[in-house]
Amino acid sequence: MPEHARQANVPVSRVDGNAAAGPLGEILRLDITTAVGTCRHCGTAAALSEAVVERDAEGVIVLCRSCGHTLVTYISRDGRQYLEFAGLLSLNTATS
Amino acid sequence: MRVTPQGRVLVLDVPEWPGNLAGQHLDLRLTAEDGYQAVRSYSIASFGDGHSVELAVDELPDGEVSPYLVRDVEPGDMLEVRGPLGNFFVWRDSQTEPVQLIAGGSGIVPLVSIARAHRAAASPAKFRMLYSVRAPEDAYYASELEELVDDSFALDWVYTRTAPAGFARTAGRITRADIEASTLPVADNPLVYVCGPTGFVEAVARILVDLGHPAERIKTERFGGS
Repeated sequence: MPEHARQANVPVSRVDGNAAAGPLGEILRLDITTAVGTCRHCGTAAALSEAVVERDAEGVIVLCRSCGHTLVTYISRDGRQYLEFAGLLSLNTATS
Repeated sequence: MRVTPQGRVLVLDVPEWPGNLAGQHLDLRLTAEDGYQAVRSYSIASFGDGHSVELAVDELPDGEVSPYLVRDVEPGDMLEVRGPLGNFFVWRDSQTEPVQLIAGGSGIVPLVSIARAHRAAASPAKFRMLYSVRAPEDAYYASELEELVDDSFALDWVYTRTAPAGFARTAGRITRADIEASTLPVADNPLVYVCGPTGFVEAVARILVDLGHPAERIKTERFGGS
């Protein structure tokens, strides 16, 4: 499985929610950097630009900066897209 | 054009570029001959209309994309970009409040864009910038930033490894005292933009909150590191 061998070497870069704007913008008609997300686990509401984002060649994982739980998982592979809102209680696009 | 020991400024001609706000970024995708793809986000140093897009890229030691952009890419090569992206870390010339910009290393890029937009609009909004670099030769846009200094734009430097001769402050990481002495005070209620490596941004944001800046007045953008 050469693809898996290669994936194992793909570095994951740990950035913030600003880097999720492109990938998530493929599937959501909103700007993820200005949207306020509420974490299902700890209840913290924060602009998703402030969230922790782990990004690799195939997608992004958005983590709550307060408790570290996964908020959103997005994977784009072989022309298919997969989006899961595991820990996102709500998403509010109204920001100040 | 290589402008620092590790960095290069690239100007991309993007025919369908719709223009961008100061502070926005783009995603750049490289595809290897075997089909392997890598995507990275880069802040944009230019702003406004037109399809010329300026980036400044720092080479990361274990990077997949940045070594190619800094060492190999040549005028005429094609790159794939998506953007502009993000409306959070932006400045619009309709904003009138005081603004404090704080950059670490190549985190200066979106802040240069904001500083350029401030100048281009002849905005009376009070601006102050604090730029932390390892050594003078590592600073991007140093002479351009010095030229921006006027009644509404102040510039302060922190050198973490090597300070220029005669510089009053000893080289070292940015501290609470630096931020207290060289940024707009809480009383001015500034909007603060912080951009740099994750560790730098976390440290600076913590100090700002500790000094009394409301968290919602601090906008951050982090890259690389852990």
